Amino acid sequence: MNYSKEVLEHFRNPHNVGKIENPDGIGKVGNMICGDVMWVYIKVKKNDKKEDVIQNIKFETFGCVAALATSSALTDLAKGKTLEKALNIKKDDVINSLGGLPSIKIHCSILAVDALSEAIYDYLFKKGKNIPEKLQLKHKKALKELEIIKEKNKEEK
Amino acid sequence: MKNKIYLDYAATTPVDPRVVRAMIPYFSKNFANTMSLHGSGQEAKKSLDESRKLIADFIGAKTSEIIFTSSATESNNLVLKGIAFANKSRGNHIIISTIEHPCIMESAAWLEKQGFEISRLNVDQYGFVNLEELEKSIKKETILVSIMHANNEIGTIQPIKEIGKICKEKGVYFHTDAAQSLGKELIDVNKMNIDLLTASAHKLYGPKGVGLLFVKEGTRIEPLLHGGGHESGLRSSTCNVAGIVGFAKACEICKESMEKENKRLKKLRNRLIAGILDKIDDSFLNGHPTERLSNNVNVAFSFVEGESLLIQFDFLGVAVSTGSACSSKKLTPSHVLTAIGLKPHQIQGSLRFSLGRWTQDEDIDYILKVLPGIVEKLRKISPIRR
Repeated sequence: MNYSKEVLEHFRNPHNVGKIENPDGIGKVGNMICGDVMWVYIKVKKNDKKEDVIQNIKFETFGCVAALATSSALTDLAKGKTLEKALNIKKDDVINSLGGLPSIKIHCSILAVDALSEAIYDYLFKKGKNIPEKLQLKHKKALKELEIIKEKNKEEK
Repeated sequence: MKNKIYLDYAATTPVDPRVVRAMIPYFSKNFANTMSLHGSGQEAKKSLDESRKLIADFIGAKTSEIIFTSSATESNNLVLKGIAFANKSRGNHIIISTIEHPCIMESAAWLEKQGFEISRLNVDQYGFVNLEELEKSIKKETILVSIMHANNEIGTIQPIKEIGKICKEKGVYFHTDAAQSLGKELIDVNKMNIDLLTASAHKLYGPKGVGLLFVKEGTRIEPLLHGGGHESGLRSSTCNVAGIVGFAKACEICKESMEKENKRLKKLRNRLIAGILDKIDDSFLNGHPTERLSNNVNVAFSFVEGESLLIQFDFLGVAVSTGSACSSKKLTPSHVLTAIGLKPHQIQGSLRFSLGRWTQDEDIDYILKVLPGIVEKLRKISPIRR
């Protein structure tokens, strides 16, 4: 696979790896085609302007080099951002920060962005806050994909 | 970047220096066309004939039964399509297994589109076809059974002789793809009841771009390449004399060293398997513990993904291979590991180490030394655990 220097560097030394104890939100997503799984944890705090900000973010990923690198790059991009801005992170932002991705691996960057959306959804849901319609739709899709992966991996007794 | 430990011999092998030396005269010194009537041409023809004789002897065939091609892929295409078209009047049914190489699978799928009927035999947890099922699948329309000798991913060696016997009794052609086994397993086409056999030079320390097809005398088969009538009219194209001479030399070396080399490789293989299963929790062997190629180790590690493992090894200068979906062009998990009943997440963590002529004890030591750290690092990042 022809990976960029940045991808390999993130893979070699991924940033923000691990769990957050008592997170404010968790996003769990999976890719139903290749089977990769990504979990993103966030801790949310108010800033001076009373906006919700991602104070800390960590990830755990089962997947290929690109899946690990996009997870790592995404956490870098999201850390310190307001939830509003974090929700605006696009797959292309992740790809650009990695100096490009092989075309067959673009879906990994989508998975990373989705994992963050899910973590933010989880936070908003738990706090009983207003959830944008677009985010609700994304959430439904993510749940469905996880269901499909589970089904595929079911042990036959 | 060059890998300092190469454990991907099943993908391809380096050309043995003795093979290179044998080939060199045929590039510029004796470069003539074997079809030319002048002295140089006849000299090239003589070298071609000698190579053919050597290879024929190696598998117990007649010289007239060896057809040189450009690759195992070409040979396999020639068998399936050539037998199908030449025997249409007898029947339209072909039997293969679910773990064949893509060039068999895809040729069969193409024939299916042309109206032929294809049966794909399931395999058991080790990758063996069921002989009773094979026997039951053969019907009066069946013209060909094609079952590979040894599998390229998990190394499982099929009971070829028994399969051939069933085909012989039923009067259908039996083809085996021996790309992985020639040079590692003894092959005698007559004793093993084989009608057609595929092999490739680059899997046994010969050059790339040379394959062969053994076609038993009297077999009805149509060519794919029409032209000047080379290779008994079955494969027109100017002969690749240098490559074929190299193939023959490679076979000659294997013939002399096979028994000893197999013993050596089996020892290394068994040490690697035992070491991995002992050192890594939640790892398991794919394929059969003993009925496997002397150089094949295929293991799966739960909770980690194969491409990530492969690249971690690559960082350390070790070349290996994986059946993970993430590493394939179509993002689909290995069809072989799927066929032996593994779940997608088990296939994701599969890794193939294939050993060869230059693999040493120290290489195995090194793998066993670094592997636990690599797996542990990736498992720490993984959200999926026991």
